[in-house]
Amino acid sequence: MRAGPMSASERVRVLYGDSLTRPPSLRHAPERQVPLTSLLRFGPYIRPYRVRFVVMFLAALGGTGISIVIPLVTRQLIDGPIAAGNRQGVFALGAVALGLGLVEGGLAFLRRWVMAIATLGSETGVRLDMYAKLQRLPWGFHARWESGQLLSRIMNDLSTMRRFIGFGLLMIVMNLLQIVVVTSLLLHLYWPMGLVVAVAAVPVVLVCLVNERTYTRLSRGIQDQTGDVASTVEESMQSVRVIKAFGRSQLVYDMFDRRAKVLYATSLARVRNTSRFWTFLEVIPGLALVAVLTIGAFAAAQHHLTLGTLVAFITMMLSLIWPVAALGFLLSMTQDAMTAADRVTEIFDEPEAIADGPLHLEDPRGEIVFDHVSYRFPDASEDVLHDLTLHVRAGETIGIVGGTGSGKTVLTSLVARLVDVTGGCITIDDVDIRELKLANLRSIVATAFEDPTLFSMSVRENLTLGRPEATEEEIEEALETAQAGFVHDLPWGLDTRIGEQGMSLSGGQRQRLALARAILVKPRVLVLDDTLSALDIHTEALVEEALKRVLVGVTGLVVAHRASTVMLADRVALLQNGTITHVGTHRELLASVPEYRDLLSASFDAESELDELEREVAQ
Amino acid sequence: MTVEDTSTEENPSVEEAPESVDRSDETARDLEWRGVAAEQREALSERAGIKLVARSRALLRDLLHPYRFSIGLLVVAVVVENLARLATPWLVQRGIDFGVPPLLAGGSAATLVVVVASMVVAVAVQTVTRIFFLRLSGQIGQDVLLELRRRVFRKFLRLDVAFHDSYTSGRAVSRLTSDMDAIAELLQGGFDGLVNAVLSIVGVSVMLLLLDWRLGLLCLGSMAFVVLLLRWFRRESATNYRSVREASAMVIVQFVETMTGIKAVQAYRREPRNQDLFMDLADRFRAINVRTFRLFAVFQPGIRIIGNTATGIVLLIGGLFVLNGSMTVGVLAAFLLYLRQFFEPMQDISQFYSSFQSAISALEKLSGVLEQEDGVPEPSDPTPLPQAHGALDFDDVEFSYVPGVPVLPGLELHVPAGQTVALVGTTGAGKTTIAKLISRFYDPTSGTVRLDGVDLRDLADGDLRRAVTMVTQENVVFAGTIADNIAFGKPGASREEIEAAARVVGAHTFIEALPDTYDTDVAKRGGRLSAGQRQLLVFARAVLADPRVLILDEATSSLDIPSERAVQRALQTLLADRTAVIIAHRLSTVEIADRILVLEHGRIIEDGHPADLLATGGHYASLHESWLSSLA
Repeated sequence: MRAGPMSASERVRVLYGDSLTRPPSLRHAPERQVPLTSLLRFGPYIRPYRVRFVVMFLAALGGTGISIVIPLVTRQLIDGPIAAGNRQGVFALGAVALGLGLVEGGLAFLRRWVMAIATLGSETGVRLDMYAKLQRLPWGFHARWESGQLLSRIMNDLSTMRRFIGFGLLMIVMNLLQIVVVTSLLLHLYWPMGLVVAVAAVPVVLVCLVNERTYTRLSRGIQDQTGDVASTVEESMQSVRVIKAFGRSQLVYDMFDRRAKVLYATSLARVRNTSRFWTFLEVIPGLALVAVLTIGAFAAAQHHLTLGTLVAFITMMLSLIWPVAALGFLLSMTQDAMTAADRVTEIFDEPEAIADGPLHLEDPRGEIVFDHVSYRFPDASEDVLHDLTLHVRAGETIGIVGGTGSGKTVLTSLVARLVDVTGGCITIDDVDIRELKLANLRSIVATAFEDPTLFSMSVRENLTLGRPEATEEEIEEALETAQAGFVHDLPWGLDTRIGEQGMSLSGGQRQRLALARAILVKPRVLVLDDTLSALDIHTEALVEEALKRVLVGVTGLVVAHRASTVMLADRVALLQNGTITHVGTHRELLASVPEYRDLLSASFDAESELDELEREVAQ
Repeated sequence: MTVEDTSTEENPSVEEAPESVDRSDETARDLEWRGVAAEQREALSERAGIKLVARSRALLRDLLHPYRFSIGLLVVAVVVENLARLATPWLVQRGIDFGVPPLLAGGSAATLVVVVASMVVAVAVQTVTRIFFLRLSGQIGQDVLLELRRRVFRKFLRLDVAFHDSYTSGRAVSRLTSDMDAIAELLQGGFDGLVNAVLSIVGVSVMLLLLDWRLGLLCLGSMAFVVLLLRWFRRESATNYRSVREASAMVIVQFVETMTGIKAVQAYRREPRNQDLFMDLADRFRAINVRTFRLFAVFQPGIRIIGNTATGIVLLIGGLFVLNGSMTVGVLAAFLLYLRQFFEPMQDISQFYSSFQSAISALEKLSGVLEQEDGVPEPSDPTPLPQAHGALDFDDVEFSYVPGVPVLPGLELHVPAGQTVALVGTTGAGKTTIAKLISRFYDPTSGTVRLDGVDLRDLADGDLRRAVTMVTQENVVFAGTIADNIAFGKPGASREEIEAAARVVGAHTFIEALPDTYDTDVAKRGGRLSAGQRQLLVFARAVLADPRVLILDEATSSLDIPSERAVQRALQTLLADRTAVIIAHRLSTVEIADRILVLEHGRIIEDGHPADLLATGGHYASLHESWLSSLA
């Protein structure tokens, strides 16, 4: 059934290997939105597997046809050869029934076998395009979206859609077909009994449809409440030390128990709903069977009906139960798939706010100018940074000092365009950074963040994040500079897995690794966002000593809380209320700016503080 | 047609920390980037399979014990239900063979009436017993699930810190979420189906033999093929099951880490490499799912083929039997109906099987947690300490995290009530260990830690926690409002008390500036607050708790200098009449202490008032000097 000599894996690679550098295959949103619009937009992901989808459909069609025909063969057998005592006929029709049975099984096998590659291939295609899209979306987007939300889209929603396309949609068509054909056949075989079946089907259909709504509501409730329990669990398990330190186990347990009980109540409601539903589903066909048998017996007695027809009738009637009962379930599956498609297209339709520029800077000097820069969070009413102007000469290191909430972290994110300015501009060597290719800009600028992100990978992979081609010597050098030699003492050295799923490191160790990672890039511009806060004095001194050497000839922006870090800088800029108020050397600022002194002179003289306080109180 | 394809779903939450890949494994080569991690404990313990089964069986027995009477009723109900269900085809046969002929002969309808009446009764019985069974079993299932949730959660809260250190929060979370979900799923869908499938198969076999032993035997003969197929399926899906879990966990980890670390990803142009890695993982996941789907693609149609073949042969041979008069048409019809009841549930078994499998393995892991012994047990007969003074004594305390590598080799330390002690020393000197021993996160390997002369091991947890509170640099902020978070230090505290505590540590100003002041909902895990603000909240929480002994382990490291100064000012008054143990990198925090202990390799090498230590010269004096010079 293969559409070519290519393996399924190769095909995925050929189709989606370039996801990152091209727009997603998803169809554009049409002008007119109909309920199925979102789902239909995924058509291009199915197209490569269209032959398989056609085969799937035909196999399902054949299988349904045969399952309708088999009871008719039975009838023919009973009424024809058996009634007539025709041994040959019994053999012939028996063989036909047997053959049809085998073909039906074979078709079911074919459908499922073919379906696996087709639906999973399409799903993987969407998954890869979506991952690429998410990687391109700016940090502002990710700050708005919890990763759990994104995860449920790329895993659960995609598999919901896959199940609908590979199974639900097919079954809806087949079941409707079966219901219509079999009911007409039954009416044709003996209409009074057919009528009984048709009448019996009506309440079943109605109850299924109505019940499905209640059932879906309860199931969603259970899903949400399971999520509530899970978030309590997550929070408690991650904070178990604090809970113990404060002796608040009972408090936390009570909260958990409240939520668990809500979940329990809804689950019980669903149990009751299901029990009613299934019971109903058995009673009606059971009663219909009684009615059919009664009518059939009398009809047979009056020779309106043969025994073979009666047997075929009963068999066919029973074969209708599943298709009818499943309608509600299939309908809600459709609903779920449409919702899932909406949720997924929502991500795909997100504008990629931070896009590539046309220029490429070769060998930049690294002069950075902030020109009347302002920044405002998308959902905020006020600027975090405003009218911020700063000139950093090539090769110069500037220290950024400011109190909590003064906007330092945003400032450091602007240079590598992790966020874009909302006013003014930033230039490197007189080129607006928005004019540069992103990859180019981000190879010029390396940033080490206050909260160092380590991935669940080997130390080496984490270190060479920005420079996969780094040599052993370069790695060694960077580790040396960042005082991160401890990695050699890990159980597997540089191959040790760290991060959430591996060895856990202390805050100071993580910061040193993040620093080494930034240094390894050998950037023209190095941005350090308070990267040394978790180090002890001794290590900090060593790191600073080494950093001084690294920063020679490199343009540096160093956010600092402590005087010692500021000493790395040639000049210091004081950030107050979202703008730079003073620029000068450490000594100048210390001498002339009281706010600066207040932020950085840490020597704590309790006596004089208390005196001051008392004076204040006295006044 | 049966509901297919639903049970093969991957579990969407990160199940286990994916097992490390053995380096000799062929998959190791293309997954080199993931690095090596310690082998999973669970993988090891799985070798002790028999013990696991016994353990989870014991847990199950214990959980079900209160319901033994109800379970007896359930058994009766389900047997009756199945008898009623089995009666229907037999009654159809009676109707065709004995009800119709008298009518054909123009005789009485009495037999038919009896048959029809019996069928109505059978339907009624079936309905009543089924509704009874579904409700009662659903009720018991949910009760047991709730009980299990409660037990496991309580157990996790009770287990000591050392256990949590090695078990990790991720695994604890999977125990309480995905494992519980696996059991819930079995309860919801599989359990009832499994019971019915087994009973139908047994019942139908009996009926078939009774109706016509020759055809009956033939049908039972087809069971041999079913058993073969089932055995194959079981073996294949057992190996597959694990691979699916692993592959999905790897996709999820890679995805979540990319998204949570997107800043680093973009800043370091990691996207292309990530895309490659993700493509490999997603394709691996796809391929393993294709394999799973194909197992089903073989199994379910396989059963159908066996069933259809059996039906065809029954029709053929049965037809011949009817021809030579050794069987009636009614029996043939009943056979055809029974065969449906025979083979259809078997197709479903493949689905129950995987949910059954995951529920069993979930139960095994849960029973493991429940059997875990508490390393820091509650005393059975606690010494009451309603009002602590705060005197701390370490008598020859030895402690090691890893046997043979003592962190504290025999510590002798006595802190009178009300003293403020600062611990100074390099990383690994044992400062935090001392703090954790006072909080009884661990018990000493030998020797005793006492509060007001009482061994901590003899204190009730409540008494100890009321007296001792520890603040660490781990600034945990819970979901909820700012006020809730501060009130964690003292549940039921009034708004005035909460605000007062916030004022003491200088957090009031920034809280007042928040949109809803104290009622502001902190975003999940405190995302919206800066590290410094979170630390101030945590401080306020500790102030509100009002303990006799306050331990500060790097509790000011995230504060900027003005805030730190404010906190220090607060501490001066706060600690005046309390016992305090302070650990800090920055010596500014240490300066408010009455007494300084310099530690090295778990031993006290200097002990005295800060001024005295400075005067005599030594470790502290030189540390102080290098600190002063760092201030420039």
